[in-house]
Amino acid sequence: MNSILGWSELTPILPELIILATACIVLVLGLFTSSEKGGLLVLTSIVGVVFAAITTAKFHMGDHELTRQVLFNGNFVRDYMGDILKIAVYAVMLFVFIYSKQYLRDKNIFKGEFFALMLFGMLGIMIMISGYNYITLYLGLELLALSSYALVAYDRDNMQSNESAMKYFILGAIASGMLLYGMSMIYGAVGTLQIDHVALQVSNTNNTMLLSFGLVFIMVGVAFKLGAAPFHMWVPDVYQGAPTATTLFISSAPKIAAFAFAIRLLAQSLEGLFDNWQHIISVIAMLSIIIGNLFALQQDNIKRLFAYSTISHIGFMLLGFVGGIDGYAASMFYIITYALMSVAGFGMIIILSCKGFEAEKISDFKGLNQRNAWFAFMMLLIVASMAGFPPLIGFFSKLVVLKAIVDQGYYVMAGIAVVFAVIGSFYYLKIIKVMYFDESESDQEITAGFDVKSILSFNALLQLGLLLFIPSILSYCIKAIETL
Amino acid sequence: MLEYLVSAEFYQIMLFYVYSFILLGAAMAVVTMRNSIYSALFLILSFFSAAALWLLLEAEFLALTLVLVYVGAVMVLFLFVIMMLDIKVKPNKGMSSYTKVGLFVALLMLVEMMMLLGKKLIPALPQDDLVKHIKGHSNVKEVAESLYTQYVLPFELASVILLVAIVAAILLTLRKRKDYNHVKPESQVHVKATNNRMRVVKMEAEKGNDIGGDS
Repeated sequence: MNSILGWSELTPILPELIILATACIVLVLGLFTSSEKGGLLVLTSIVGVVFAAITTAKFHMGDHELTRQVLFNGNFVRDYMGDILKIAVYAVMLFVFIYSKQYLRDKNIFKGEFFALMLFGMLGIMIMISGYNYITLYLGLELLALSSYALVAYDRDNMQSNESAMKYFILGAIASGMLLYGMSMIYGAVGTLQIDHVALQVSNTNNTMLLSFGLVFIMVGVAFKLGAAPFHMWVPDVYQGAPTATTLFISSAPKIAAFAFAIRLLAQSLEGLFDNWQHIISVIAMLSIIIGNLFALQQDNIKRLFAYSTISHIGFMLLGFVGGIDGYAASMFYIITYALMSVAGFGMIIILSCKGFEAEKISDFKGLNQRNAWFAFMMLLIVASMAGFPPLIGFFSKLVVLKAIVDQGYYVMAGIAVVFAVIGSFYYLKIIKVMYFDESESDQEITAGFDVKSILSFNALLQLGLLLFIPSILSYCIKAIETL
Repeated sequence: MLEYLVSAEFYQIMLFYVYSFILLGAAMAVVTMRNSIYSALFLILSFFSAAALWLLLEAEFLALTLVLVYVGAVMVLFLFVIMMLDIKVKPNKGMSSYTKVGLFVALLMLVEMMMLLGKKLIPALPQDDLVKHIKGHSNVKEVAESLYTQYVLPFELASVILLVAIVAAILLTLRKRKDYNHVKPESQVHVKATNNRMRVVKMEAEKGNDIGGDS
């Protein structure tokens, strides 16, 4: 069983190795580059991500496309779902790198470590996607969390940033403790930590008492990492307090990782307890949708507003978990499109900010149409997509999830979700109203560079452009869940 | 009954409970102590009790490493740092309202968990005997084997996590001092005789009369 490592083991993990190497290179390069020449660091990071994407795609296209390769003595898995999610993460991270460069320069806090930490966090994300053992999954989670804590505290002279980092760190440590406690209970019951072995043992056992006891704690940990209600307290504070470049990161790619984490733990290893966790998930999902949308109504800080909107989006994503196999595919579709949406939303805040000014109040968007009609339209696309107006991608992702649970006969839950999505569209409409019908308070020009502007436009137009690819993305998601 | 009381199993189980209670009590004390020196000392106590528990499981190597590395190296450094810092110990003002609510919730959860699991848990636990190794069993070999083959990927990941911790700690704490007088050799080398070293200052010539004059 304990085989010696060979090339056949190392090649499927090549994307992870590339990201790790890039992180180390950026770390060292950062020592020798001044903030004016910081473009080199961004370029290196982007090249690394592109290389990782090429290797992932190559494996994906290769002979093993639909087979599952379990490597490193059952610690790592390369499967269809992992490939698709990783490619989504690469896409999101490219946007994150480009937007954050702009922000860090404007705020005069450009340092090489920022990109190195983001790449380390990204490595954690990839491990969370591909972990096949509770230990590996947990280590991936910690790698991501540790990088995120540092990134939140990055602007160290800013008291708000420090305070939110402290909250994030303490609450995150408690959640990790809960998760580990749950995992140790599961280990006590089945005597193994490898996902498929756990699944086998769970299906064979009659006494599920200890298992469901552990399950509750695991779910607390997962819900915390997703930022789902009632474990959502950290989300608004961290989103608001962190530098926007960090918020951009923690609101997008880690959500994809948390989805994969939930799939691996709940749907793959504890599938035998589906009846037990289905109830808990449905309560968490409903609470998230309700709390997220209601609390967002009274926010005037746009970062905080997006934070509550994230909670409701996560609720929608978790709703899919109630619906079994079709539901998982719908959730996967939802989380990928949401990550692309969220990154565009925070990108917009970055592009409107400039030296010494942070566009984080809703009133900062007043009269954007007069100042810059093109970016007002881009913001309209992003916000309308988040609200779920047809014909944008956000509408279809909500539709897919709702269809999956209605097919299973959960009419009441679908009804509540729709009602609160409609209530939620109020605060999105408020942003649109402010942009188009209010008088501008400042005549601040958009100072961002051409590259950032064009990438952001592309990102926003994706909300429309992805419509063409809905059938193919959906079929990828379905295939990914079927080949789990 | 009496036979059981003098058997080896009984002593093993008794020792387990004694060390577990010390471990839990010490861990509680680490969190609740006002004086951070006491906290650190209680942490050492809890490491010792954990090491004793490992000894009961016949994992001698792990137990020794825990004592050597954590107690011997890490905690000594920790104590050193605490003593270097000028921390004022605040007097204990009794329980705050948070503590009371927290204790109440914790007790409630404990009772609930015991009611839920109590009787049903015991048959669910694996009924294996305590670990008994044959004579000549190598602990070190076993640890090495699982660490470097079975769990090589998590092992490497843990090293990456440590790297991130180092980077984060330096990023968040390193500050350049403003009154920093260190000379940079690389800029010294670049000094040129013509325009860097010598400075020609133009100033008006002073009148000769003023020199030494008191008027």
